[in-house]
Amino acid sequence: MTYLSPIIGLALALIAGAIMFSFLGKPPLGALYAYFIEPVSEMWSVHELLIKAAPLILMGAGLCVCYQSNNWNIGAEGQMIMGGMAGSILPVLFPQIAGPFVLPAMLIMGVIGGMAYAGIPALLKTKFKTNEILTSLMLVYIAQLILDWTVRGPWRNPHGLNFPETRQFDAFARLPEMIPADGRANFGFVIAVVVALLIWVLMAKTMKGFQVKVIGASPRAAKFAGFDAKNMVFFAFLLAGATAGLAGIVEVAGASGQLRTTISPGYGFTAIIVAFLGRLNPIGAIVAGLVLALTFLGGEAAQISLGVSDKVARVFQGLILFFVLACDTLILYRIRFVASKIIPKGAA
Amino acid sequence: MDQGEVLLKLEGISKYYGSFKANDQISLEILPGEIHALLGENGAGKSTLVKMLYGSLQPDEGRIIWEGQEVHVPNPAAARDLGVGMVFQHFSLFDALTVAENVALALPPGKSLKQVAKELEEISTSYGLPLKANARIHDLSVGERQRVEIVRCLLQHPKLIIMDEPTSVLTPQEAEDLFKVLRRLSDEGKAILYISHKLAEVQALCQEATILRHGKVVGECVPGDETPISLAKMMVGSDIHEISPRDVAVAHGDVMLQVKSLSLSGLSGFDTALKDISFMLHAGEISGIAGIAGNGQNELFDAVSGERVSEEECILIKGEPVGNMGIQKRRKLGAMFISEERLGHAAVPEFALSENVILTRHGLDKSLNKGPFVSRRAAKKVKDDIVAKFDVRKGSSDPTAQSLSGGNLQKFVLGREVMGDAEIIVVNQPTWGVDAGSAAHIRQWLVDLAAKGAAVLVISQDLDELFEVADAIATLNEGRLSPFVPTRSTDRHKIGLQMTSGTLEQA
Repeated sequence: MTYLSPIIGLALALIAGAIMFSFLGKPPLGALYAYFIEPVSEMWSVHELLIKAAPLILMGAGLCVCYQSNNWNIGAEGQMIMGGMAGSILPVLFPQIAGPFVLPAMLIMGVIGGMAYAGIPALLKTKFKTNEILTSLMLVYIAQLILDWTVRGPWRNPHGLNFPETRQFDAFARLPEMIPADGRANFGFVIAVVVALLIWVLMAKTMKGFQVKVIGASPRAAKFAGFDAKNMVFFAFLLAGATAGLAGIVEVAGASGQLRTTISPGYGFTAIIVAFLGRLNPIGAIVAGLVLALTFLGGEAAQISLGVSDKVARVFQGLILFFVLACDTLILYRIRFVASKIIPKGAA
Repeated sequence: MDQGEVLLKLEGISKYYGSFKANDQISLEILPGEIHALLGENGAGKSTLVKMLYGSLQPDEGRIIWEGQEVHVPNPAAARDLGVGMVFQHFSLFDALTVAENVALALPPGKSLKQVAKELEEISTSYGLPLKANARIHDLSVGERQRVEIVRCLLQHPKLIIMDEPTSVLTPQEAEDLFKVLRRLSDEGKAILYISHKLAEVQALCQEATILRHGKVVGECVPGDETPISLAKMMVGSDIHEISPRDVAVAHGDVMLQVKSLSLSGLSGFDTALKDISFMLHAGEISGIAGIAGNGQNELFDAVSGERVSEEECILIKGEPVGNMGIQKRRKLGAMFISEERLGHAAVPEFALSENVILTRHGLDKSLNKGPFVSRRAAKKVKDDIVAKFDVRKGSSDPTAQSLSGGNLQKFVLGREVMGDAEIIVVNQPTWGVDAGSAAHIRQWLVDLAAKGAAVLVISQDLDELFEVADAIATLNEGRLSPFVPTRSTDRHKIGLQMTSGTLEQA
């Protein structure tokens, strides 16, 4: 049943999408084809799909750990931005440093940046019992503004005609492409799949993963087992922050090759849907990451071929989350209409 | 025809959960003014039957006939309109509201709070159930809370009152007071359906009894004409295992667990603070702590187990100060803990039994940890050992904890904790919600463990249980612990007084 619910949810989202398209005056089936099939019918666009899926898979897998341990980290977007910025320090401020070690160093700094930023809501939650949903979400906006200011200000490319972007990274500071002949997809996708598999091993096979699940399922039993809930807050946030930071630098050093004012079209928020659609299972997150990458890609394609707003992608993502959560609830519960009158059945 | 006289008649009521028959063709009759016992073990189907009468469940088959007319009771409001009132085992009161506010919530709207308060105080004084309308619930004792439930029920002018295990939270003295009220209600013509598994009180109070076992009516009788043994036989279906006592002459060994001047404030306004608690527990000894629920039992358990830390010197295990150590370090020293709640405390409800083995055995049972990894195969093996040794009955090979019955899960939890080298066993409400057969086994195991030299501390609300197994008994009242008195030199009456008065008899 657990695995049926996302499939029913997806199907319902497609039906609702078809209805939406017909209201927009587009042929529903043709529109769905243009949205979901056409973008993956050519090799180069499959590459684009993998580029978009990489950050979604990375962050979705990290968020699985957060949500399974009842830590509601909504701020992956901000952690991704901070990872992208921290990872860009070397190529932007020290472009003279060259060599094969630069790229690994950038990835590590990206991870550290994401972890540091995710550490803030964890610290606030453990020290002051603040609600991590609010703090992690607010920190997203702060991160966006810091990025905007940095890229427009101190880090702006002196030779970039005043465009709000940093200098182009050198080749040694960029993630190499997998099959350059076919398309742009870089090794970020491989990194994402490997990280998701590692997190799966962590969750399924190790003592730490067992702790995560116990704390999420029953905090009182976790206490009885001697598991420290505060440590777990840090573990979950830092792990999710690490994957988000990695996603940030993968995006910057991969597809874009420079830091811009917008690193992501909301990957950090979409990753929340990825985690839930993937049943909070890191392997599920790989599949779900590809599905949601398709909604981004289809949204771009639909703008061109159908002439609809790019907000359609957001609508689809929202529909998917809505229907999956609704299915989860309705599979477990039954709607019952109750009367409140005594109905006499006549004398016995 | 005497049909008109019968207040309530059930004909062939059945309720199924899948293939499981919770109630199977149950029929009974209740006359006005009758105190009718519904007797059965936990899981016999008493609660299911009562929920159908009160409208929170619907029968799959059968007919409910109320005052000669067949009725359909879709929900509790409809039941109240008919004249069926219910006093729950677990109170349904809002702690932060006053007595009058709680009562007003259950009444049909339209009455001012003042009116409700006035009627409430009238009824409560006339029945000898003194209550202050503007007292807040969280300031009341458990007995007083029950009065609120009863008065709330009476204000709805019921013809039938259902009482679900009403004495499980009362002292013997409070129970006597309750019986007086029930007899008076019965004299006034109100019928009472009295649910219990305590034979003595059913014999003292009830005029008729219907006995349930495995969802079926297995007997109807006049309790006064039966003996406790004959009633128990009908209820359990076989003879109950009698505890074989230890050789009491065995001298008690070293001090295994010591609590010294332990004081802890309540974590929230609804917790009981512990006040200056001191005691010692020796090897080979079973000590019992009696008390009414909510007097600090859970807080004491948490402090001793290490789920809540205290001053380092307040708790010593085998002479080592452990007050500031966590629960797992205390387990490593040989202390084992069995909590009151099984689901969601001693076990994770939706986890398989083998995973629940890991919950408390990790780090202790070396086979379970392989570096950072968990050995599920080893966990399954430990689970199989526990299941075999402690007679845990289950449907599949590795079911979830929540799918086991209370008794079987408690046997599993107990087995998990004592499989290793348990030198100190602290158990809170060992047989709460456990069927009589399993309860007898569990008590026997505790006695056997002590005979082998373990120090056992039993915290229990069940006085019969404590008198059966404990060598010495103390009472916990509002967070204070009385001195331990040898079981032989005290009796239920004295302990009952201590449970409420708080004045400690100095020996």
